[in-house]
Amino acid sequence: MNLTIIDYNAGNTQSVIFALNRLGIDPTLTDDFEAIQKADKVIFPGVGEASTTMAFLKEKKLDRLIPNLKQPVLGICLGMQLMCAYSEENETTCMGIFDQQVKLFLPADQEKVPHMGWNNINHLSSGIFDRSLEDERVYFVHSYYAEVSRYTVATTHYCGQFSAALHKDNFYATQFHPEKSGKVGASILENFINL
Amino acid sequence: MLAKRIVPCLDIKDGRTVKGVNFVNLRDAGDPVELGAAYSEKGADELVFLDITATHEKRKTLAALAKNIARHLNIPFTVGGGIASIEDVDVCLMNGADKVSINSAAVKNPALIEELSLQFGNQCIVTAIDAKEVNGEWIVHVSGGRIPTERRLFEFAKEMESRGAGEILFTSMNHDGTKTGFAVEALAQLSNTVNIPIIASGGAGSMEHFEEVFTTGKADAGLAASIFHFGEIEIPDLKDYLKKQSIEIR
Repeated sequence: MNLTIIDYNAGNTQSVIFALNRLGIDPTLTDDFEAIQKADKVIFPGVGEASTTMAFLKEKKLDRLIPNLKQPVLGICLGMQLMCAYSEENETTCMGIFDQQVKLFLPADQEKVPHMGWNNINHLSSGIFDRSLEDERVYFVHSYYAEVSRYTVATTHYCGQFSAALHKDNFYATQFHPEKSGKVGASILENFINL
Repeated sequence: MLAKRIVPCLDIKDGRTVKGVNFVNLRDAGDPVELGAAYSEKGADELVFLDITATHEKRKTLAALAKNIARHLNIPFTVGGGIASIEDVDVCLMNGADKVSINSAAVKNPALIEELSLQFGNQCIVTAIDAKEVNGEWIVHVSGGRIPTERRLFEFAKEMESRGAGEILFTSMNHDGTKTGFAVEALAQLSNTVNIPIIASGGAGSMEHFEEVFTTGKADAGLAASIFHFGEIEIPDLKDYLKKQSIEIR
């Protein structure tokens, strides 16, 4: 298993590496085009701010590479948001793998923003989830969200329903952090590895 | 529904977990790597690691130790202690931290919070505020609680929110280490003042105190150290208790 994590000088990549190590995988962290293209699986992690991160991706031309990858790709948190078309966070044009927008949470009932902590995932329907995970809690930390769309494969309720995960062709993405979501998160990562 | 979080805190000095009363009289509480892994296994929702000697001894956070703790953790991990620059945050994140906690540096240079949240996202930036109630006023302290400042808890928290902090970790120095309960009134007022999550710290002594901090205190997370380190409250028991009180818990 050659699993590559895209290195783009942003994000908590070390957390993802440790989570994979605990599953017996020794990932490669790189921004090298050839290495990324040759990998069996690619993870595009993320913690950060959308415009700063998109600028990094553009500088390294990764914004053109990632949408054209053919192997299974997993975007995490900001990674997922950057795979959408546009983010309201500093009005950022993103990669557009998922043709949808990322919006700022607008609290309806005194909910706090960021949405931070453990919340339930529901309506699971993708290869990286198995039904036993329905209604389990995973760890979220984000202020912006992707709306429910035809790509939605898991939902969470916070200031309304939003996409906890998206899937289209070889592209998978989670708004939550599987690498930080205890045993539930580990099994989701394992499912991705076993795709 | 979003769950309330139970957060064990490792206060680190010279590579060991320590805990004092009212910020002094430090007592050894064990190997932080072992403690961190054990908490993760027992169902803690998050872990905070504070290098309590970092600020005044001008040392940077113990990066290698943080890395060893993070290696065994499948829950979020916040690192704090002497963090004062983009480079400091970078080092923490590269060593497995998910969030960083900024304390004294946020008081000395509030604009730092803006800079950091733009660089790393506000969800990554926790402002830790140590405050002491004196004659009805909550006075913000720096340098591990040794130095009082001109700032007051509520106005300072509000400024931190507007500058981009993603979370406030409020420690009541009056309650810290006393095991007499959290500063629930101040916490509730803080929750009404800002719209970002609040981690309550200082005073946990019983399971009822956690119930109170989530209901009356309106906190999003309850942090404690010694009662967990010395086994006075086991996290699984605490979570069972809170669930029975109809509090949303993972």
